[in-house]
Amino acid sequence: MAAILDAQGLSKSFGAVTAASNINAAIEKDSVVGLIGTNGAGKTTFINMITGYLKPDAGAIHYEGRDITRLAPRDITRLGICRSFQIPQLYSSLTVRENMLIALGIVLRNAGLGGFFSRGEPRVPGYDAGVHEVAERILERFGLTPYRDKNAQVLPGGVRKLLDIALTMAAKPRILLLDEPTSGVSAEEKFGIMEMVMKAVKAEGATVLFVEHDMEVVARFAQRVLAFYDGRIIADAPPDAALRDPEVKRYVVGAVRA
Amino acid sequence: MTRDRIPLVLGAIVLAVIAAGPWIPQWALFILTIAFAKGLVALGLMLFLRAGLVSFGQALYYCLGAYAAGAIGLYFRVSDIFLQMLAGGAAAGIAALVLGFLLARYRGIFFGLLSLALSMILYGLLVKNETLGSTDGFNIMPSTLFGVRPGPEWVRYAVTVAAAAVAMGCALLVHRYLNTPLGRLAPAIKDNEIRVEYMGASARQAIHVKYVIAGAVAGIGGALAATTVGHIDPEMSYWTTSGEFIFITILAGTGSVVAPFVGAAIFGAIHTTAYDLSPNTWQLTLGTSLLLLIVFLPNGLWSLFTRRRAG
Repeated sequence: MAAILDAQGLSKSFGAVTAASNINAAIEKDSVVGLIGTNGAGKTTFINMITGYLKPDAGAIHYEGRDITRLAPRDITRLGICRSFQIPQLYSSLTVRENMLIALGIVLRNAGLGGFFSRGEPRVPGYDAGVHEVAERILERFGLTPYRDKNAQVLPGGVRKLLDIALTMAAKPRILLLDEPTSGVSAEEKFGIMEMVMKAVKAEGATVLFVEHDMEVVARFAQRVLAFYDGRIIADAPPDAALRDPEVKRYVVGAVRA
Repeated sequence: MTRDRIPLVLGAIVLAVIAAGPWIPQWALFILTIAFAKGLVALGLMLFLRAGLVSFGQALYYCLGAYAAGAIGLYFRVSDIFLQMLAGGAAAGIAALVLGFLLARYRGIFFGLLSLALSMILYGLLVKNETLGSTDGFNIMPSTLFGVRPGPEWVRYAVTVAAAAVAMGCALLVHRYLNTPLGRLAPAIKDNEIRVEYMGASARQAIHVKYVIAGAVAGIGGALAATTVGHIDPEMSYWTTSGEFIFITILAGTGSVVAPFVGAAIFGAIHTTAYDLSPNTWQLTLGTSLLLLIVFLPNGLWSLFTRRRAG
């Protein structure tokens, strides 16, 4: 299958610390890839390079054949590569619904709709409905309707995570990067969050890369695993094989379980 | 969704000025016109405040607008009040467009102080400029409307009506802007700029647009104030003038485009009354009223309306 995202020879150092060393990974369209590794192994650096927050010292990233290595985060987002955050990045003084309206407003603006001279309520591309209706639909899909009028800063941890992901999904990304979608969430909530996200992803047809420390979550949801250690990829295989890999057992799984 | 009443309110204000104007005393018409002028500057500051920014130098554009209105009279013998406001708005808007490339990069105290510094540079330049009257400034040509100079008893009324129409027109345009996706981005920029960028929008561009709008409306306000007072001087760019605009914006609150004008009118009333009662300590009254307002109505006078609606 054709690679939608292709990272070739990515390297990144911060002074004497090497965060990424010659990383090569071709991500197939519509696949679900789990990124595992201990803290500091280079997972988030990899995501930060794809989304343009960090520029690699060497190497290139191609998205559908186009070089996106030097683009700004917002330009990469506009191409359809969207990310969620380990620590949810919300508009904390606004309600859940207002958060979603902001996200959809940006979708409208990037599509050149709803501008100063436009008349009537524009329809959100891909949804064929106005922003208010689309906002309700997305909140419903992610089980956020009961919280719609609550301020984002008073939400429980799991709901904050869901809202962060729902905001990312509003733009209907082609590639979705989830940075630790279940960290800081209770064990019972983890699978619920992932199932909800995967259901939405399946409906939209997006490629997913997710960083995860919980191997049960990885084994259940990932089709392919990239194991990171010391800025390198030490295993690239389906979950069963990757989690049985001696190096992964030694440097990743063992370390996480310890 | 509730119906948008703002266009109706703005229209009603213009009609009220037209209808009641002939019965309002000349001195009150003067205060009202100045309130429209200062309200325009506060309207721009409201855009900043919604995005979490405070400009301590908005007098720069107020002053530029005034000097542009004066200059077209001085050099081209143009005295039409609408052309004066157009020249003021255009000059200030263009200056804001250029300076915006610098200012839109800064946030917080840096944005505030940089804007203050720029306004004081203009003040310094004007003070040193003999051609433009140095510290004395110069008198602006008496304004005309469509080529006609109304009789002395009708001049104030005509200028006030023109001020109301232009100010409310600007407020309507700003209101429409605030309802676009770019306009609605302000609280998001205030809360979490990183998220805005990762959603595919440029916070810097959004702030730049706000900066140009705020500069242009401040310029129109400056031209209006200049033609109302009949005189222009560098004090219009001084930092205390900028402080006055911040006072009005905080007094008004950021709830609606009508608020800055209500705030400016109340500021004018407090200022006039305080000065009338005690010419030497009027600042004390002004300061005390701001103090009370911040303690009891931290979201400005406009929160009185929204609070009542919510209740």
